Amino acid sequence: MSLLRVWTIAVLIGLTFAAYANEARPLAEDEAVEQRLNHIAEELRCLVCQNESLAGSRAELAQDLRREVRQLIKQGKTDQEIKDFLVSRYGDFVLYRPPVKPSTWLLWIGPFVLLVAGIAGLLIYLRRRSRRLEQEEKPLSAEERARARALLEDGES
Amino acid sequence: MNRFLWPLVLFIVLVGFLAVGLRLNPREVPSPLIGKPAPAFTLPQLHAPEQSFSPEQMKGRVWLLNVWASWCVSCRQEHPLLVELARQNIAPIVGLDYKDGRDDALAWLRQHGDPYDLSAMDADGRVGIDYGVYGVPETYLIDKQGIIRLKHIGPLTPEVMQQKVLPLLRELEKA
Repeated sequence: MSLLRVWTIAVLIGLTFAAYANEARPLAEDEAVEQRLNHIAEELRCLVCQNESLAGSRAELAQDLRREVRQLIKQGKTDQEIKDFLVSRYGDFVLYRPPVKPSTWLLWIGPFVLLVAGIAGLLIYLRRRSRRLEQEEKPLSAEERARARALLEDGES
Repeated sequence: MNRFLWPLVLFIVLVGFLAVGLRLNPREVPSPLIGKPAPAFTLPQLHAPEQSFSPEQMKGRVWLLNVWASWCVSCRQEHPLLVELARQNIAPIVGLDYKDGRDDALAWLRQHGDPYDLSAMDADGRVGIDYGVYGVPETYLIDKQGIIRLKHIGPLTPEVMQQKVLPLLRELEKA
């Protein structure tokens, strides 16, 4: 009896897994399109919830835009054409990677300018500091040494 | 003295940047459509579904395109302004009823007043995408040649009307 029970349980467990395996089929009709969609949408900003990408957002506009991008992919548009499509409507702001142009130079180069300025400042400070220390730690001249000894002995007596 | 002053100066500069940054509205994304022709579309009218509307029909007039929806809460906020504008008969206002149901939209207009010369129904939001709509309400000012001259995102306020929309509208009327 116990063998039968074990067998039944095993079969049941096996069936559950089989059922799950059936349900886990990919939902998308066309996997290649979905992959490209995700690849593009990761680089695009959802304008409704601005800190989410178009791929991750559940906002209704994001769903509409994904549908739009999906259609463009099916029409055989290149990634660049699809991005241009969105930029022409929503502006550079939809791109998480802003293009390099005069209005974004500060954005792109600014951090490096700050870095260079910081390093320059640090070097100047260090040079000055070591010069100051050098001066302070200069060994005593013979004359100064004699005077110091004289003062010390003076104090002892 | 110097060494204590520097952190203070840096701190003040930082506070200055933050003070400016916090006052900016991140929702106000400059639209690339300004100065460009209003995207063409043909959509059924809300009140007369058998008739269609396209921006072509407004050539030669300065007009406002107002994106609204019955589900849009902040549309209620700006709506009295539009009703008032329509009463003064300053410029034609065309509504773009964005992702809305016809019955809901008609009921909403009955309740809050209908400032629109007509409304076009953008049921699936495709036209909204062409106009770069991402937060209803949005308002476009379009000139006689069909060029978008101004876009306002979010509800119109009396200040925006007085300082931005109406002056530009008068200027464009003269042109």
